[in-house]
Amino acid sequence: MKKVEYPNLLFKFSSFVLTALLLIFTNTLSAQEDATVETEEPATETVVDLAGDPAAGRQLFNSNCAACHQLDRKAIGPALRGMAQRYEKEWLYSWIRNSQALVQAGDPIAVALFNEYNGSVMQAFPQLTDKDLDDLVAYTSQPKAEPVAATTDGGPTTSGSEGGISNTLVLGLLIVVMLMLVIMLFMVSNVLKKIAQANNVVYPDKEKTTPIWKAFIQNQFLVLVSVVFLMLAGAYYAYGFFMQVGVDQGYAPIQPIHFSHKIHSGDNQIDCNYCHSSARKSKHSGIPSLNVCMSCHENIYEYNGEVDLAEGYTKEFYDAEIQKLYAAVGWDPEERVYTGEEQPVKWERIHNLPDLAYFNHAQHVNVAGIDCQTCHGPVEEMEILYQYSPLTMGWCIDCHRTTDVDLKGNEYYEKIHAELSKKYGVEKLTAAQMGALECGKCHY
Amino acid sequence: MASSKKYWKSVEELNENSSIVETLKQNEFVEQIPTDEFLGDKETLENSSTTRRDFLKYVGFTTAAASLAACEGPVIKSIPYVIHPDEIVPGLANFYATTVADGFDFASILVKTREGRPIKIENNSLATTKGGANARVQGSVLSLYDKNRLQGPLVDGESVDWDYFNPLVATRLDNLAASGSEVVLLTQTFASPSTSKLIKELTSKYSNIRHVTYDTVSSSEALDAFQMKYGERALADYDFAKAEVIVSVGADFLGDWQGGGYDAGYAKGRVPKEGKMSRHIQFESLMTLSGANADKRVPVTPGQQKEVLKALAGRSADLPEGVQEAVSNARRQLQKDGSKAVVVCGLMDVEAQTMALEINESLGSQVIDTAKPRMIRQGKSQDVLNVIQGVKSGAIKGMITVGVDPLYSFPNATDFAEAYKNLEFTLAFAMREDATASESQFVAATPHYLESWGDVQIKKGHFALSQPTIRPLFNTKQFQECVLSWLGEEKTYYDYIKETATPLLGGTSWNQALHDGVFESNATVATENETVSGTMESASSEGALAMAASAEGDFDLIFYTKTNMGDGQNANNPWLQEMPDPISRTSWDNYMTISAADAETLGLINKHVATGALNGSYVNITANGVALENVPVLIQPGQARGTVGLAFGFGKTHNIQKEMQVGVNAYSLYNNFNGVQRVSLEKASGEHEFACVQLHNTMMGRGDIIRETTLEIFNTADQKEWNSMAEVALNHINTPVDSPDVDLWEAFDRSIGHHFKLSIDLNACTGCGACVIACHAENNVPVVGKTEVRRSRDMHWLRIDRYYSSEETINADIDKKKAISGLGESLSQFGELENPSENPQVAFQPVMCQHCNHAPCETVCPVAATSHGRQGQNQMAYNRCVGTRYCANNCPYKVRRFNWFLYSQNDEFDYHMNNDLGRMVVNPDVTVRSRGVMEKCSMCIQKTQMTILEAKKEGRQIKDGEFQTACSSACDKGAMVFGDVNDEESLIAEKYNDKRRYHMIEYLGTKPNVMYQVKVRNTEEV
Repeated sequence: MKKVEYPNLLFKFSSFVLTALLLIFTNTLSAQEDATVETEEPATETVVDLAGDPAAGRQLFNSNCAACHQLDRKAIGPALRGMAQRYEKEWLYSWIRNSQALVQAGDPIAVALFNEYNGSVMQAFPQLTDKDLDDLVAYTSQPKAEPVAATTDGGPTTSGSEGGISNTLVLGLLIVVMLMLVIMLFMVSNVLKKIAQANNVVYPDKEKTTPIWKAFIQNQFLVLVSVVFLMLAGAYYAYGFFMQVGVDQGYAPIQPIHFSHKIHSGDNQIDCNYCHSSARKSKHSGIPSLNVCMSCHENIYEYNGEVDLAEGYTKEFYDAEIQKLYAAVGWDPEERVYTGEEQPVKWERIHNLPDLAYFNHAQHVNVAGIDCQTCHGPVEEMEILYQYSPLTMGWCIDCHRTTDVDLKGNEYYEKIHAELSKKYGVEKLTAAQMGALECGKCHY
Repeated sequence: MASSKKYWKSVEELNENSSIVETLKQNEFVEQIPTDEFLGDKETLENSSTTRRDFLKYVGFTTAAASLAACEGPVIKSIPYVIHPDEIVPGLANFYATTVADGFDFASILVKTREGRPIKIENNSLATTKGGANARVQGSVLSLYDKNRLQGPLVDGESVDWDYFNPLVATRLDNLAASGSEVVLLTQTFASPSTSKLIKELTSKYSNIRHVTYDTVSSSEALDAFQMKYGERALADYDFAKAEVIVSVGADFLGDWQGGGYDAGYAKGRVPKEGKMSRHIQFESLMTLSGANADKRVPVTPGQQKEVLKALAGRSADLPEGVQEAVSNARRQLQKDGSKAVVVCGLMDVEAQTMALEINESLGSQVIDTAKPRMIRQGKSQDVLNVIQGVKSGAIKGMITVGVDPLYSFPNATDFAEAYKNLEFTLAFAMREDATASESQFVAATPHYLESWGDVQIKKGHFALSQPTIRPLFNTKQFQECVLSWLGEEKTYYDYIKETATPLLGGTSWNQALHDGVFESNATVATENETVSGTMESASSEGALAMAASAEGDFDLIFYTKTNMGDGQNANNPWLQEMPDPISRTSWDNYMTISAADAETLGLINKHVATGALNGSYVNITANGVALENVPVLIQPGQARGTVGLAFGFGKTHNIQKEMQVGVNAYSLYNNFNGVQRVSLEKASGEHEFACVQLHNTMMGRGDIIRETTLEIFNTADQKEWNSMAEVALNHINTPVDSPDVDLWEAFDRSIGHHFKLSIDLNACTGCGACVIACHAENNVPVVGKTEVRRSRDMHWLRIDRYYSSEETINADIDKKKAISGLGESLSQFGELENPSENPQVAFQPVMCQHCNHAPCETVCPVAATSHGRQGQNQMAYNRCVGTRYCANNCPYKVRRFNWFLYSQNDEFDYHMNNDLGRMVVNPDVTVRSRGVMEKCSMCIQKTQMTILEAKKEGRQIKDGEFQTACSSACDKGAMVFGDVNDEESLIAEKYNDKRRYHMIEYLGTKPNVMYQVKVRNTEEV
């Protein structure tokens, strides 16, 4: 028994190396995490105006002013940042409370301002107290946020991508360890053989048997079984291959304008039907026309949300995409006019049902009340939209078989439901029971 | 062993001193291979960036890339609107009311547009007059997308801008006015208050311009007669729904007689109600739609027709005995029904027309309306003849044509064409570069009526408005816009119409009137020729007939217009070209119709050739020294002996696609615009190939296809006698075929949900064919062309079968067949039954997929491509079909159509689906079928599904009448009724329980969802 001690040692050594490696590695990981936590600490620093509360001012700005004014940019009205520096406080307050009175009184500044903006009348805000206006001034007097803030925001994502690299590292290490183990096993068996030889243990000679492949070929039954198996397997995979031809699940083409559903319907919670309004009325959900975009983007000219540096989705990137929209619709953001030079956008269609299949959005969205996400997947999480469902006939049919028809409050269904449920003896009817499996319902 | 034989390749080699042989010994080729030519000088070759190796690489990579790319699906682009028009929702149709007024067809219609493209014409149910679209109007939407249209104005053949064109024309007009040269403005009938006003303004500015209205197919004599009697240049209007007896003398009032559109009213009176229906007696020479629908039809020559009128008026007449009896019967009938009776006359003869008006007046007929006559024909033949004379003599210096093509449609137009070319000033307003436009100095491209504004006074006090349903596809301008520009007016024609219409509108607003498309007003509008009073001298009292009779010849040639082609404006429309004529069932042609007896005398034949198609002889027609050569001959049962017929509207060649340059130009014989010409015939050599879709002219006595009875039997006898359920033997006991005991299959429960049925009333169907074109448009039915139709590969989902009787009546055929016994009799009598009688009874039967509940086609499909829906529709999944055609063979109704070829985007079938413009008419809700699949009527499942969806969206029950098919909504006669038979209150349920209801070939037990109503004929003589 003495003689086996040596290989035992080898085992011990290798396991030690392994644990050591793992330990080191996990330490580095946690160290990195700590680091990121620290870097997050220095958040937004603001210059606080003494007269008012900029946070309250921000709220006031958003609820009262943002429809017509922006901080750093001319909108319907002038940019408001630094307005307290440009005008005297008293004049400013009276202007805000009733600008028309000032204009009519012939105040030169007021008249000049009024004319500069083509005589568009500013709504009067008599309800704002001095405190409110102080808050507003405080908010609008804040210096413009430094672009550095964007890089600090990118902190956590950077660590995330590093985590991905470490994963491959772990894998590599594991492979190395495995290799070492194999080598050790080989060495162990060699050592054991040598010991056996030293101890004159004689291995019985292996009988000369037919090699396994020859035996296999000679056994006709086995050959037959394996041929059948291979053919079946081949057929299975061939079928699988052919069935996915023309199925474009996951199709995510690059669009001429990077439109992020994640930002619009995810972050900003815009209802799908707001832009795809014809989904309720027509068979097409409708790709929104650019004037629909402009109902918000006339004022939203820049992106201020989260960014993803790893993918290159920076603020500059998104702002450039908004500029593409302006170019397409012919909007001059500086002058705030439509130039009439339109450049229709050629979107790449993602969901392509073949012409032979008829699908109607209104039936599903409006009548059946199905969520868009049922077929289109988590659109609100998609930075780049992709085809979520296979859009195959089997997929349609499966859903028709299992989905109950929403009959509530729809007079059309009253009679037919009463009769059909009596016939089938069920309380709820599936689409299939309503006849939604008939060929002619979708193919004509 | 060495051989001393010398092998030689050419004699030259034997000549030892030949230099060629010497050269060939050294070189492979006698001459230097010109490698230098393609390798060029070395320098450029070396400078080229592409080496041979590179080239091979490129070839290899492109091939690989191409094959790789082929594995991937295509990238489909979607381009939304930049600024979305509010009224358009992609995927939903919008309807606009408008009016067609092309000088021949006038109708108030609805236009279905999808994403801004007009794709279908529907009837305007709000219109009380002419609210029905006939086949031509149904098809006119395709003419909008005609790629042969003029795309902009031309001056001397050069395309120019309107900014250049109109001032130039105005200057020319000024010059002509200054020199006092007469200019004729030759136009179609506009019947438009605004246009009349505008032309008056034009003629008052340019006193040298004279306006002449020219109806390509003249109604001049009828207008003269009405004008003399009632003092207004118009045509009497008729409401045949009120008529109890209709006597027509040569008037095809179910066709295009006096503007047409009378069939809807007629059909109302033809459906037996409370044991009563109208009686229709027709005296005519050609077999027309009216004659085919008549209860009694008497073939007479045009000369005899005038005698018939005299006899009806109670004057002495010279008539053969058989006709005499029929006429006196008719006269008795007229006198009996008095004010409920009417006489209509189609003779182009003032005296005859006056007689007809007088008879109606003496009867006190309520059917005829002379107080509010029709304004849609205005032309006066004498004026037009004067224009021809003036142009030839040089008295007329300039000519403006609008909506007419005189170089094509003037009789014997070659002389005129020469004179026209020599005019000082010629301007043609035309939609395509037709015969006139191609010879004119100025050509103004006009928009299609679906791109134009307009107003029409169809009938006195009944106004209709046209509005554009699409922006002009090409750089076109309306005639009226141009006139406004010549007059120096700033306003648009839209403003002008609005101005004219406002005083007429009364209580309704302009927008409401535009929405409805029609309005009525008692206010009178100024017409151009109001100055002409009732004291018109009866200049043409001699009459056209007298003139015709004096000419030499053996036959009376009668001109007519076909349902599909009319006056020929739609000659480049493949839908209409392929539409079979309702009577002859022949498409892509016009031909001379002749009676079988006359054909035999002249040795003219029609025969079926080995492919099953119809061939016919040619004939040369000569009238007044003008010959029309190689006119195909079609033997027409029912044609009066001594008469022949020829349709207008064919033989156009200018800017007409080659495939559609068919037929002969009948206008060349239209001497003096007389509807009847004395002609002599001469057989010509050769055989004409017809594209006839129905070669079996009779039913051979098979009464289960069309069931007929007489009003007397219908009123008195038990239903079993005239409409009995077919019976089959079950255990040697006769059992009705609708009994469940004789069914092979368990019947499905069809009482739940909708169950669609279509009822076709054979009494109300006049065979007009509007449904055929409506189906064409709705369902993207392809056009296959003449040669394919000859091979029986026409694709119409809906056909209107026409059957002649072999005996006097169709019922006599049935009796004859029943009486046959023994082989000898079968052989002889069945043979006889194949041939139509000389004056046959005619029956029309629209046939589409019968949507059998026990469909023979469904059981034989190996891939289950055709199956049955719970709602009663027999469904066809095209993408499942593998094209065995077993279903078509097993279909007893022969309604399935096989796509032998890909008919879209295929140069071999260069019709509308082969170009981007023509494809705009395609209905996006219906698949365009590909090669190798079977197709057939779907009972417009896209329409029924849409109706259901609308109701679901609004959360309501569906009202009766909401469910429509393309054919049922096109049928303004009410012959086709579609609906949900499970709705007990519905009209279709009523039709289903009607005792006239039967199914075609009922004994097969196929249980069709299409049902027919037995045809009842009012044969009772007074």
